Amino acid sequence: MTLSGPLRKAAPSTGGAPAATRRRRSRRIPYPLLLPALLGLVFLVLPLVGLLVRAPWSSLPEQLTSPEVWQALRLSLICATSATVVSLVLGVPLAWLLARTEIPGRRVIRALVTLPLVLPPVVGGVALLLVLGRNGIVGRWLDSAFGITLPFTTAGVVVAEAFVAMPFLVISVEGALRAADPRYEEAAATLGASRLTAFRRVTLPLIAPGIGAGAVLAWSRALGEFGATITFAGNFPGRTQTMPLAVYLAMERDPEAAIALSLVLLAVSVAVLAGLRERWLSTT
Amino acid sequence: MSSIRLRAALAAASVLALAAGLTACGSDAATPAATASAPAGSSTASAAAPKATGALTVFAAASLKESFTELGKKFEAANPGAKVTFNFGGSSALAQSINSGAPADVFAAASPATMKTVTDAKGAESPKVFVRNTLAIAVPKGNPKHIAGLADLTGVKVALCAKEVPCGSAAVTALAAGSVNLTPVTLEQDVKGALTKVELGEVDASLVYKTDVKADAAKIDGVDFPEAAKAVNDYPIAALTKAPNASAAAAFVAYIQSAEATQVLTAAGFQTP
Repeated sequence: MTLSGPLRKAAPSTGGAPAATRRRRSRRIPYPLLLPALLGLVFLVLPLVGLLVRAPWSSLPEQLTSPEVWQALRLSLICATSATVVSLVLGVPLAWLLARTEIPGRRVIRALVTLPLVLPPVVGGVALLLVLGRNGIVGRWLDSAFGITLPFTTAGVVVAEAFVAMPFLVISVEGALRAADPRYEEAAATLGASRLTAFRRVTLPLIAPGIGAGAVLAWSRALGEFGATITFAGNFPGRTQTMPLAVYLAMERDPEAAIALSLVLLAVSVAVLAGLRERWLSTT
Repeated sequence: MSSIRLRAALAAASVLALAAGLTACGSDAATPAATASAPAGSSTASAAAPKATGALTVFAAASLKESFTELGKKFEAANPGAKVTFNFGGSSALAQSINSGAPADVFAAASPATMKTVTDAKGAESPKVFVRNTLAIAVPKGNPKHIAGLADLTGVKVALCAKEVPCGSAAVTALAAGSVNLTPVTLEQDVKGALTKVELGEVDASLVYKTDVKADAAKIDGVDFPEAAKAVNDYPIAALTKAPNASAAAAFVAYIQSAEATQVLTAAGFQTP
């Protein structure tokens, strides 16, 4: 074990002896780690298996062909995608601000940006309702000036989801920006590119994987969003009832329908993961 | 090296702790079921002299919040040693969690239909209807939209309860009785949710229970409407068969049907069955 330092350093070389040693070492499984690792795996996978086991397979076609299911799924996909677009438009510049500029109070701003990550979504929903609601600080003005009221509308769902999801994107993009070498931008500047051109032509392509990963994270967070949505946007089929809300309410009336709806969400999530894993979520 | 050993030891220790925790949970879950069957038989005998002790968990419809909170305090005062904990929520959600094994002693639902989902699952026996409740229109203070009846609700923003919960099905019945075709802006999971939306001024009106209007009279106004008589909700209460504290459960159910409790409930706006 005392050898582990030098050995690990030697391992990447393709030489015969150290590589062989590494192989032998890696075969020895450290049991104190294996057991909790397996427990963790079971803990994460078992509930999903349970969902499949308890699925009402015989009545599933009937459950899934009901128009409410597709209405909710369609709404979920539209809202999650719109929330991701909103997050991209507002979040990427915000991440750039945090990573590349020396604005005063940057650490405080970053803490504030990540607050919705830690905040329970329901609290976010309450806060949104108090600010953007018909009697809210901003909402009152929106209502009287433009006749816009956000609660109980599909736009309200997008607002709630973007509020909860955007921090994921900001954090991810900021990390990518910090990892990207600013000297490329400086080189572009010395070659006569304006700051905006350098951002568009040099920085954006550099951090594209980070943006992609952040967008996927934000999208999946938005798709599963429940607390802020039901608090701020309410619950009405076709308008604000997204899949998680439909699952929750179905659970009160008909658990079988709730399982069927959950399976649809599970399938969508698996499809998204499978489709994007290679492109964006592969480790490093 | 020693730090690696230490880490390994810590990991092993945490695994053991986890395993111990798991088995503890297992035995925890097993004991109430085991002990519940024993006093369940004797509870009817002891109900004659109800001196309840221990922790008592009551799952009750959201509309019972104010009156049951008061009754819980009175019950605790009459039964020193008893500690009543309430879980108020949409009746259907409560019924669902009871059927999924939530540790509760008493269930008070806002409709016989939700109670039936529990009795059907053998979670309770012979529920008793203890009060009835009717709907009223809740409007912001001063009734700014001048709502006088169900028909006035068509042009304004209305919050209803989801039809899955009793206040929602009652609303559907009342609206059908008045032949009012209404598109609400939101379907809330329980009656307090519908009420809060009025309180915050996010909707112009909502159909809630008369008792909710009365409980929240400082912040909202209520409008009675004749169709409410067609949508009366009976509230059944029952001790649960898997109650961890069966004797206290029986005592509480008996207390809710007592004259003293009925007085509190009627003062809150409930009707006697």
